[in-house]
Amino acid sequence: MTDILDTARQQVLEEGRGLDERQLREVLTLPDDRLADLLQVAHEVRMRWCGPEVEVEGIVSVKTGGCPEDCHFCSQSGQFQSPVRAAWLDIPSLVKAAVETAATGATEFCIVAAVRGPDARLMKQVREGVAAIREAVDINVACSLGMLTQEQVDELAEIGVHRYNHNLETARSYFPDVVTTHTWEERWETLTMVRDAGMEVCCGGIIGMGETIEQRAEFAAQLGELGPDEVPMNFLNPRPGTPFGDLPVMDSKDALRTIAAFRLALPRTILRFAGGREITLGDLGTEQGLLGGINAVIVGNYLTTLGRPATSDLDLLDELSMPVKALSATL
Amino acid sequence: MSGAGDEAMFCGQCGLTLAEPRHEGCALRATLEPPRYCTFCGRRMIVQVTPTGWWARCSRHGDLTSAGSATSDLELDDEALG
Repeated sequence: MTDILDTARQQVLEEGRGLDERQLREVLTLPDDRLADLLQVAHEVRMRWCGPEVEVEGIVSVKTGGCPEDCHFCSQSGQFQSPVRAAWLDIPSLVKAAVETAATGATEFCIVAAVRGPDARLMKQVREGVAAIREAVDINVACSLGMLTQEQVDELAEIGVHRYNHNLETARSYFPDVVTTHTWEERWETLTMVRDAGMEVCCGGIIGMGETIEQRAEFAAQLGELGPDEVPMNFLNPRPGTPFGDLPVMDSKDALRTIAAFRLALPRTILRFAGGREITLGDLGTEQGLLGGINAVIVGNYLTTLGRPATSDLDLLDELSMPVKALSATL
Repeated sequence: MSGAGDEAMFCGQCGLTLAEPRHEGCALRATLEPPRYCTFCGRRMIVQVTPTGWWARCSRHGDLTSAGSATSDLELDDEALG
């Protein structure tokens, strides 16, 4: 039987074809003493098919809390007893956040709302917000506003939203254990409309929500089938008051194995470090992830929690000789 | 934040009184979490996180920012206060 890392070198590194679900299960069950070799292969794949640049992004919540959905990991669901209260960000504050994000060297700024899908008031806020940001600063604007209608997809494309985020969150087979108020297929439908409208597709999820190793492989393979431009990788940060609030923080070696597996499933995608990495991986694991397949980061804070200071990540990228991707390279 | 005449009595992370003996985890959490409760009255605050900071509002005791200073001109939409 061929060693899975030899297979990865030939199939992914040389030919640029991602591993399939069965192969990913093998990767995800490699023993700890093969982890360094796995990360090395994933890093070589990233360098070969994506290059050394790292895409830097900032995110902000324009509408926080009070969401009608029941995503079991989320402190912004109105269905759970979470300490997060509803908030609405006005346009001057949105623009200020975009300007501060651009000042870090970031080329992406994502406007996020905790909603099932946008209503007319939110679409108006986004429309005016995007226009005001474009007036004030040179940065690509992305949005994450839940499930969309075709009309909303068309409007976001029309106003110049460059990329749309909508996470599948987890494997199709595990999704009903995570969300009961809508389906994985409904999310897939929005992603298809986004792609067809010409916006870049950003779709990832959260690892460590109680899914099995097999379901992690399934999820990576399903993302491979979707072929998103970007995959944000979050690790569960258990939120007080949510159904997943008492789950343990994921083991750091499992997290690194998962990063490498996702890179081997998606050789050309932008694979982004997102929420939960601070508590799951710490400083050392962050560096190992960047040397194990990751080629994008969210800098600074997240939607309701705080991250490492942007300077910590930027200094690390400098030490690793990984240049921040320029705006001109993203268009 | 206007705490004139008031004393911090509550944990900004869990909302329990500081007299309770179980706040070690809260102190640790505070490095990666903005405060959610007013330290003067224990009310849940409206909190807005941005890429480079956060601000929080207590309906009774006013506003607090990550810069550590009280401010009176937060740009939170009034509807958020509902």
